[in-house]
Amino acid sequence: MKPPPFRYECPASLAEALALRAEHGDDARPLAGGQSLVPMLNMRLARPAVLVDLNRLSGLGRISADDGHLEVGAMARQRELERSGAADTIGALRDALPLVGHVATRNRGTVGGSIAHADPAGELPLALLTVGGSVMAESSDRGRREMAAADLFTGFLTTALEPDELLTAVRFGAPGPDEASALVEMAPRHGDFALAAAAASLRLEDGRVVAARVAVGAVTDRPVLVDSAARTLVGHEPTDEAAQAAAAAAADAIEPTGSLHAPASYQRHLVEILVARAVRRAAARAGIDR
Amino acid sequence: MTRPTIKPRTNWLGLPLERVEDEALLRGEGWFMDDLEPLPGIAEAAVVRSTAAHARIRSVDIAAALEVDGVLGVLTGGQVGEMTRPFASVLRAGLEYRAAAVDVARYVGEPVAVVVARDRYVAEDAAELVEVEYDPLPVAASLEAALAEGAPVLHAGAGNNVVSDRHFAYGDAGGALAGADLVVRTTFRHPRSSCTPVEGYGVICHWEGDGVTAWSNFQGPFTLHGVAAAALGIPISKLRLVSPPDSGGSFGVKASVYPYIVLMALASRMCGVPVRWTEDRVEHLLASSMATERLTDVEAGFSATGDLVALRLSLTDDVGAYVRAPEPATLYRMHGGITGPYRVRDVEVRSRVVVTNRCPTGLNRGFGGPQLAFALERTMAVAATRLGLDPAEVLARNMVPAEAMPYRAPAGAVYDSGDYGACLAEALRLARYGDVRDEQAARRARGGARSLGVGLACVVEPSASNMGYITLARTAEERAGGPPMEGNAETVTIAMAPDGSVRVGFTSTPQGQGHRTVAAQIVADVVGVAPDTVSVMPGADTAVRPPTVSAGNYSSRFAVTVAGAVHTAAGRLAQRLRLIAAPVLGCAPEAVELIDGAARGPDGPGAGGVPEVAVPLRRLAGAAHWDPAALPEGVDGLALTITYAVPGLDPPSPDDRVNSSAAYGFLADVAVVEVDTDTGEVTVRDYVSVHDAGRVLHPALAEGQILGGLAHGLGAALTERHVYDGDGNLLTTTFLDYPCPTATELPVPVTAMIESPSPVTPTGAKGLGEGTTMTAPAAVANAVADALGIEDVELPLTPARVWERLGRG
Repeated sequence: MKPPPFRYECPASLAEALALRAEHGDDARPLAGGQSLVPMLNMRLARPAVLVDLNRLSGLGRISADDGHLEVGAMARQRELERSGAADTIGALRDALPLVGHVATRNRGTVGGSIAHADPAGELPLALLTVGGSVMAESSDRGRREMAAADLFTGFLTTALEPDELLTAVRFGAPGPDEASALVEMAPRHGDFALAAAAASLRLEDGRVVAARVAVGAVTDRPVLVDSAARTLVGHEPTDEAAQAAAAAAADAIEPTGSLHAPASYQRHLVEILVARAVRRAAARAGIDR
Repeated sequence: MTRPTIKPRTNWLGLPLERVEDEALLRGEGWFMDDLEPLPGIAEAAVVRSTAAHARIRSVDIAAALEVDGVLGVLTGGQVGEMTRPFASVLRAGLEYRAAAVDVARYVGEPVAVVVARDRYVAEDAAELVEVEYDPLPVAASLEAALAEGAPVLHAGAGNNVVSDRHFAYGDAGGALAGADLVVRTTFRHPRSSCTPVEGYGVICHWEGDGVTAWSNFQGPFTLHGVAAAALGIPISKLRLVSPPDSGGSFGVKASVYPYIVLMALASRMCGVPVRWTEDRVEHLLASSMATERLTDVEAGFSATGDLVALRLSLTDDVGAYVRAPEPATLYRMHGGITGPYRVRDVEVRSRVVVTNRCPTGLNRGFGGPQLAFALERTMAVAATRLGLDPAEVLARNMVPAEAMPYRAPAGAVYDSGDYGACLAEALRLARYGDVRDEQAARRARGGARSLGVGLACVVEPSASNMGYITLARTAEERAGGPPMEGNAETVTIAMAPDGSVRVGFTSTPQGQGHRTVAAQIVADVVGVAPDTVSVMPGADTAVRPPTVSAGNYSSRFAVTVAGAVHTAAGRLAQRLRLIAAPVLGCAPEAVELIDGAARGPDGPGAGGVPEVAVPLRRLAGAAHWDPAALPEGVDGLALTITYAVPGLDPPSPDDRVNSSAAYGFLADVAVVEVDTDTGEVTVRDYVSVHDAGRVLHPALAEGQILGGLAHGLGAALTERHVYDGDGNLLTTTFLDYPCPTATELPVPVTAMIESPSPVTPTGAKGLGEGTTMTAPAAVANAVADALGIEDVELPLTPARVWERLGRG
């Protein structure tokens, strides 16, 4: 339970960090909160040649709201965001934060690190996907770009970030009027990786759903939007029956991989249960928050 | 900081005194294995482990590892084969077990080599460079695979994977089954689990000359001290075992650290430096020790009115790749009381030991008890349901009544005392059993996704093992050929210093139980001093205080053997003080009372006209130390060592009966669960546990044992199990995949004590550290079966499994 040798770099500026990224590419791993990476190092499951510690960079921890988004600097700690109140209006994010590990790990774990780590069971990636968020990525050569969450997660612990890029900020979509989201999961114990997770975002007009997103996590290699489930909701009142129809569509569309604690058939069942719950909760919020 | 002085009084036992152990622990000032730095220049080891579940080892290439800067040496399994003898076992069935795989690796995680380096980082780097070539052999990674026709045989010398198969008959079970109104025939599986202490194994070995000193968190039984020394080919006296002051828990698991003591002794010998090995969590889950998986085939005969009239049990234990001492003790620890709290007289038992390509098993809290209780208590519940009777009534009508105590069970256990019926009645009352049944009926009528269920479990909880029970693994003829083995004993040294303070030492190697606190209470009562004047050293240093073979911390033996030994030693010291005081007080020694730090004579002037009616113990002690020539006849100072053996423990009889433990407590548990029939989630809403463990020595510590045991029991009931794939790979090597319940997942149980003092022990106390680990899986399983109206429930009751049982899978 000791890491293999690695070179440790602790850049003092973003430019320096990006230069190291450019120099070492995939051989370098950025170290943010370390709550996933350090155990992986110790178990020798990750073997980067260079560790680029981002903890001395300033300016990457800002939490700010602008034009319909909540922008969270990549190095903002999960617990900071949770306690800031900034996430309170974004239902899926508010639901997600207390489910991320434990208070002690959230004190250290970062929002950007969790997104970039792209764990299929991660709550923050699922929330980001559900609320139509995006990330800001930077590189020395190409500067800053924005990438939609829907394009970000490409596989197990894999994102579309280029080897020379650093994720610098995460932008969660804030709900407009008549819009709300929710996230639910089932885990063996609080703080565990979920057996299955689901989230939904709804926009209502005159009591009917005019836009929806349904996303499912922890049952395949990445969190995924389930468009077929979202489509069943559009044009309908968000009743229990509508939630159930969306749930059935999601369970139909997803091919769970199964895990030690939840065989694929059970995960599929949980997807149905959890999507229904998420839609009902989002619908209730869209009504209340109006 | 000074501790508040405790006011003197005489009856300290039974009071919930603050634990003397706590202050250092709360301040982070405990000394655990990894804190020890007993010597300069300790090198660190990393263990290279087999990645194959069953393979011939063609070669172990250490050249690249030796070239790593900082590496001091690499010990291979081949060298272990040359430098050691196989570990001794009660089974002489052609199985060789050594500290590392010599020619054949038989489980994933088995040590293949040890790399010694200047630190653990370098050691792990070099361990990766040790190249082992495996020729794979067919794998038997489950009981079923090991028992199958044509299964790969793990040990050619044994000829078969069933390395022991014993049949026991007490009365006529066949006849009684034939006459029964109902026969319940079922097979129960108790999965592999482990107790996962926070601190794993730790060893520092320093080989010097012709012997070795080993610091380790070994916990006994010290029979294994001899097993380790014999493997090293050195006398027991040349293997000095020292335990650290504090332990991060064990629950039995650390008994099995001894092969690593041998391994690190060899590493130290080879490299010429002291060597430390600290087990990490993956190593611990993969390769330390697990509870046996057991299949129990039950045939239980009942009368129409619910009387258990016959019991036929076939126990099949998977002990893993080797029979590592003290296995196959899991099969026999409960043997004398295999009938539990029930009066059935006609009993048959078959006990089989099966080797598989899995991690060897060993002590884990409950040790044989959970496996037995799950089968017995599920059987009682199934019978009640099939007979249309209330399970509480079926249990009550079958229990050994209080007036039958002491009760000799068919297989030889002598239940020393207990009021089982009173415990069950109290448990039902505290659980509001009738109200819960009403609520259950109302819910069933109403329907809905949350089913309510009630489960009961009653267990006779043995404490202080008879070291002879394990010889039941041999036939009576085989036993007759060897010397008798029985008993459970502890050596205690006690001394009063010139100022009247007392030191007590014994080898109970506590792991958080509070032995120091309780021993001080016992001495305080017997010698008439305040507990804070009594200093207790319960750890091992075999060079200073040679232990008995049964010393250590297992089978809940403290309250029986160690407390009895401390009580006896304190009594001897008190007797010496009375002899010294008598002439001073002018009375007979037996008239001297020791109380509040003084020796008191009878009221009024002494017989010899001596005016004193009381003399402080410190004056007597000072005189004894400074004027030893003046001591009365028969008093040679105020330091003494005694060895106390619990009475009533004999070797197994020729007809295979054995009083397998010294004392037997009892507990009756009620679990009330809610099952979410949408998701399969089980929530333990209420849990009641009522114990009769004789006299309670320390109520807060007793409660702590009940809660801790319950945590392990509920883990086994709901979340914990080790999973191997068909190739013998363990899939549960982190706490992600082996989820133990944490405080937030556990219910706060209601507990109560009923005290039927043991006639066997000097204090009247019995052990109680394992009962709820035995009951909880059975009680929860009974409750889930009750909630869902099904018979087939398998541990652990994970949501996925319950959902499958609901027929939705």
